Amino acid sequence: MSRQRDKAPEGQPLLDVQNLRIEATIYEPGEPPRDAVIVDDVSFSLPRGKVLGLIGESGAGKSTIGLAALAYGRGGIRLTGGAIRLNGRDIRAARPGELRRLRGEEVTYVAQSAAAAFNPARRLMDQVTEATLVHGLMSEREAKARAVELFRVLKLPDPESFGRRYPHQVSGGQLQRAMTAMALCPKPDLVIFDEPTTALDVTTQIDVLAAIKNAIAETGVAALYITHDLAVVAQVSDDIMVLRHGKMVEYGPVQQIIEAPREEYTRALVSVRQIDHVEAPPSPEPLMVLQGITARYGSMTSDVLSDVSVDLHAGQTLALVGESGSGKSTVARVITGLLPPRAGTVRFEGRDLTPALKNRPREDLRQIQMIYQMADVAMNPRQTVRTIIGRPLEFYFGLRGRKRDQRVQELLDAIELGKGFADRYPAELSGGQKQRVCIARALAADPKLIICDEVTSALDPLVADGILKLLLDLQKREQVAYLFITHDIATVRAIADSIAVMYQGRVQRYGTKTQVLSPPFDDYTDLLLSSVPEMKLGWLEHVLATRKMESAGN
Amino acid sequence: MMHPILTLLVQRIALSLLLLLAVSVVIFVGTEILPGDVARVILGQGAPEQAVENLRAQMGLDRPATVRYFEWLFNALQGDFGVALSNRRDIATAIGQRLGNTMFLAAVAAAFAVPLAIFLGLLAVRYQNRWPDRLISGVTLTAISLPEFLLGYVIMYVFAVQLGWFPSVSSVHGGMSFWQKLNAVALPAMVLTLVVLAHMMRMTRAAILNVMQSAYIETAELKGLRKLTLIFRHAMPNAIAPIVNVVMINLAYLVVGVVVIEVVFVYPGMGQYLVDHVSRRDVPVVQACGLIFATVYIGLNLVADLVSILTNPRLRHPK
Amino acid sequence: MKGMPISAALGLFVTALFFLAAIFAPWIAPYSPTQIVGDLWEPSSREHWLGTDNLGRDLLTRMIYGGRTTIFVASAATLLSFTLGAILGFTAAVYGGWVDQVMSRANDLVMSIPTLIFALVVLSVMPVTIPILILVIGLLDSTRVFRLSRAVAVDINVMDYVEAARLRGEGQAWVIFREILPNALSPLVAELGLRFIFAILFISTLSFLGLGVQPPLADWGGIVRDNREGIVWGIPAALIPAFAIVTLSISVNLVADWMLNRTTSLKGGRGV
Repeated sequence: MSRQRDKAPEGQPLLDVQNLRIEATIYEPGEPPRDAVIVDDVSFSLPRGKVLGLIGESGAGKSTIGLAALAYGRGGIRLTGGAIRLNGRDIRAARPGELRRLRGEEVTYVAQSAAAAFNPARRLMDQVTEATLVHGLMSEREAKARAVELFRVLKLPDPESFGRRYPHQVSGGQLQRAMTAMALCPKPDLVIFDEPTTALDVTTQIDVLAAIKNAIAETGVAALYITHDLAVVAQVSDDIMVLRHGKMVEYGPVQQIIEAPREEYTRALVSVRQIDHVEAPPSPEPLMVLQGITARYGSMTSDVLSDVSVDLHAGQTLALVGESGSGKSTVARVITGLLPPRAGTVRFEGRDLTPALKNRPREDLRQIQMIYQMADVAMNPRQTVRTIIGRPLEFYFGLRGRKRDQRVQELLDAIELGKGFADRYPAELSGGQKQRVCIARALAADPKLIICDEVTSALDPLVADGILKLLLDLQKREQVAYLFITHDIATVRAIADSIAVMYQGRVQRYGTKTQVLSPPFDDYTDLLLSSVPEMKLGWLEHVLATRKMESAGN
Repeated sequence: MMHPILTLLVQRIALSLLLLLAVSVVIFVGTEILPGDVARVILGQGAPEQAVENLRAQMGLDRPATVRYFEWLFNALQGDFGVALSNRRDIATAIGQRLGNTMFLAAVAAAFAVPLAIFLGLLAVRYQNRWPDRLISGVTLTAISLPEFLLGYVIMYVFAVQLGWFPSVSSVHGGMSFWQKLNAVALPAMVLTLVVLAHMMRMTRAAILNVMQSAYIETAELKGLRKLTLIFRHAMPNAIAPIVNVVMINLAYLVVGVVVIEVVFVYPGMGQYLVDHVSRRDVPVVQACGLIFATVYIGLNLVADLVSILTNPRLRHPK
Repeated sequence: MKGMPISAALGLFVTALFFLAAIFAPWIAPYSPTQIVGDLWEPSSREHWLGTDNLGRDLLTRMIYGGRTTIFVASAATLLSFTLGAILGFTAAVYGGWVDQVMSRANDLVMSIPTLIFALVVLSVMPVTIPILILVIGLLDSTRVFRLSRAVAVDINVMDYVEAARLRGEGQAWVIFREILPNALSPLVAELGLRFIFAILFISTLSFLGLGVQPPLADWGGIVRDNREGIVWGIPAALIPAFAIVTLSISVNLVADWMLNRTTSLKGGRGV
């Protein structure tokens, strides 16, 4: 029943992109629309059955290139130059009818957010087999049988009946795999994977990644794998292309890119998070002691935190690690007084802190500062950097006028921003600069403790690295302690002195960095540690063979 | 254990009934307690004290407010709204016929407005930001800026006076055939259609655009689906709830617009009846009409809520 | 004001004209509003640019004075609805908890009765005077302002920068006036325009129904009511207020649209 497709002659690549140029019309508020070049002079070729990884920071144009293989542009995006040859013909010149046949039959797409990409009103099976049926590639029975087979290959639970569910009835990791099944069902020549594991928790990511890799191998399909995480792409690709600002930086076999990168930028990407930080020993007199903290939110019937006890030493970093929902951010809310605990105490410099924020003396508030994940919403968009950093100086130390401005400038220098930034609004700063201003605002209070809540997870890897180095640097100079909340073990390795692993509201494992990161591990810590992709070929297979516990997503 | 969707529906209906009860209190309080002395207001400042006393006794105003409220409410529930102060006629009888007329007018207007609004909304989405969209937006913006009664006179001036196509006064009575009635309400129905069309079309456009910008529409497009297949299989199931919502909100709005339009075209409906008796300060009639209008309004909003609960896949197929 | 599009500038200009005409009515109007200067429904002429009305008064004069009444009532009602709605809305958002619950549910209750019907019910037992009209329109309309300002403030109140201010130990006054208000201002100002239009339409409708501004005082809705008999005879005098109302609403709308666009597109920073 399968229709014969025009195949490229033997020896020719499946997808051949030459000097691709993509432009977009950008509508900025208050300015006339202007054209910008999104992708410039990008060339690559992909043989049948191979996987090419596209890697770069946000704005590198990698998703745009991926969609160009479907001759599709989001919003005002236009393919303006070069050639995209698929199965031997230029798809830029294709007519609408040909394009429809191309999409869903020859090339399919896996989006970053499967939760949004599935239609909430229709059953999974209908959506997974839809392209196959619309293009008349198989009978309905064959298509359904293939879908069930793919569900099995992708290790989805209960493959026979999985398709009868609606998208909201399955978990995020399962949905992402269902989307992969949807892409593979019509037996396409090429699948575009657009950040398929980025939105998932770290322990789920590894399973989905393994399922995708396995499915690619079993079906022999070619793929473009788009991601910002070099360690992830190294596990699934044959070749890698590094992109930056829409231009190609380096293009080569995966082994060469990882082990012998030629370009400076690639080298930086490969060595990201390899910060050397010598662990400090615990002091006899901790700065802060959490004793048996148990807490829950207003109307909840169960505790978010149960019996959490950890110490934090002056001038050191305690990392709280865990997945979303492990309660790690709630610890910050308890310490700051936003959520008074049901039981337990927070001791700071040898005295108990008042549980609720509104009763705390100003001096206590000053000693504990906070930096947030989303720097954009952590600063009032209608205040200048001068006001943002200057307000704590006024509020805590009564500094005004020239004295205050002088101190603001010193703080700006400390965060490596220098002159000319004081009069800017947050909207006029880049992501990394915004986070630096937030750091300066925390420093302005001259605190003993700064709580850092996922401060690097919204940033591109190199920018995040810069922030981490700055934080370490400031710690050395100012002797400030950090409570570092994160889900990213690599970050923890880079900066922590001691670590508390959180799981379901409890401290699963706690000690100095060396203790926590040395075997023997408990099952959860093992899972968490082993789930962090490493910049090593064959890492994925190694981990799957050796780990002790399966992730909750299964 | 009830299906969760049933629980939600029952809750929502109970909430509406509660709201209606509260509304009846507000209307009663607003008309009988606020001014302090209704009888005095009705008769005017110059009336002799004895006349005011008599009226007060006649209206039962000498009894406690709570007693009067419950009496009024229970009678109203049984369809008894008492008699009008101005002409001593039974209010329920008077309303019965007029309510029918008003519903007829509203139904005719809705029958034109709803399909037209959805069609124009789709058209505006199809040609988004091109001239058909801009034209529709411009016309609807003007229509929104015009009070209903003025739109009524503009249309009356053009179609009844200048062109002479339809009568300028819409009188209907029992002996008329359906077509005669339809001819009589042509102009007021046209005005009402225009009035709600603007809102309904704009909201439909926004609702469809919202659905069309979803990621799953892009997924469908990347499967190589035809535009029509895409709209019917993927956009429609998700657009129905917001569109029904839009339609219901605007029908509720239409019921209020009727009040003014009936006055313009001297149409014997509820609105005319209400306005007449407000100027005569005929409190029982105003209470009855207010309660009925509020009931229809709350009822239509309830239908909108029920439809969106019923069409939500998350609620229909719980985990 | 830099970078203002032509449409918004035009809207602002026309709106200003209307307000100036309203303020300086006695100096601009050619006749007295109550003086009978000719036959009834005279067509437009050099003496009477818009002709005369149903009693033989100069229609242009009636329109100018009518605009004065309509714009005054609408402005006063808008001011009332805005002050009341915004203050209560902010209070509900910042205090939250049961204060918010009580205020929001009461607001929902009033909003569940159609505005016009509610006004008619109240006006059936109240004396119809200008202060009462302003009060009724202002109070009923404040429910809409309450809903918007509460929603805007609730959105801002959960932002990390507000939490940061609270953690610093700032008082309620700083949070409301320095953190929330500057970010809520633009949508509220845009809403001000829309509420003003609504008030114009509302008072005109009430006057048309005979339950608004009472004769001999002129207002736009009243002019329609006075001259509606003429329509059937082909005399368009009743339609003239339509042009005034449409022009004013569209002008205010253009300005409001522009204000709103500025807020949604520009996430803070320069401007306003």
